Amino acid sequence: MIRDLANPSRFMAYSGRLLPWLAGAAALALGVGLYMTWFTVPADYQQGETVRIMYLHVPAAWLSLFFYATMAASALGTLVWRHPLADVSQKAAAPIGAAFTFICLVTGSLWGKPMWGTYWQWDARLTSMLVMLLIYLGIMALWRAIEEPSRAARAVSILTLVGAVNVPIVKFSVDWWNTLHQPASVFRLGGPTIHSSMLIPLLVMALGFTLLGVTLHLSGMRTEILRRRVRTLTILEAERLDAQAA
Amino acid sequence: MTTHAAFIAAAYAITALVVAGLILRAYLDHRVQQQALAELEARGAGRRSRRG
Repeated sequence: MIRDLANPSRFMAYSGRLLPWLAGAAALALGVGLYMTWFTVPADYQQGETVRIMYLHVPAAWLSLFFYATMAASALGTLVWRHPLADVSQKAAAPIGAAFTFICLVTGSLWGKPMWGTYWQWDARLTSMLVMLLIYLGIMALWRAIEEPSRAARAVSILTLVGAVNVPIVKFSVDWWNTLHQPASVFRLGGPTIHSSMLIPLLVMALGFTLLGVTLHLSGMRTEILRRRVRTLTILEAERLDAQAA
Repeated sequence: MTTHAAFIAAAYAITALVVAGLILRAYLDHRVQQQALAELEARGAGRRSRRG
């Protein structure tokens, strides 16, 4: 399948058929998730209504890590297997991952103020998440700094793989260090510690965010393929005009 | 609503803005590239120059 999709024209055909279904499923899941979040989820016995911020904050945090993992896998695809769509996937994932990281930081901050009494604390989880946002922004800047796509892809792949060290730090920071941030309450060895009345809406929102992210990623990959075709045709046109002038 | 309503509303509003921005950026960028490709193809940019 992956080898089949190595052909950009075939990828454009498959993804073009898949995209409307993915977008529809994302809208449906987010609609149901938001309805549950606003109308059926009970207030938390300690945090009150502010727990509703969790339904944005937690899925955004998961997707921030998901898109970094996607970029790291694509970086390996570029450097090791030289898959023709690997760097296209890397480039399309960066702004989406950065946006979800930003949402995670902002919603966390807005949740922290009423619960912790502060918008920001330089603790391990918050700081490693900020570092992740900076790495995303650095990767996006590097893509823009090098014009030739395959050269840019190699440089970005190395930076992405170096930055991947931060992924386990983000995930396990709450276990390794004494932090203000609470430890994991869904993906943990003993099972989730959240009651199903809150867990199910959280998982529905996470599904909606994931479908939205995948839709945007596929759409971004299609646009990047078009951008490269435009670049190639522009170069060919310039060569043809040069040859005619000579 | 609670005394913390402003924090909840701000979290949802900022998330909605960022997501809307992502969707709008994806749509506009795709349209720009599609138009540029159509113009280049209309000009015959893909044709090779004649040799000789």
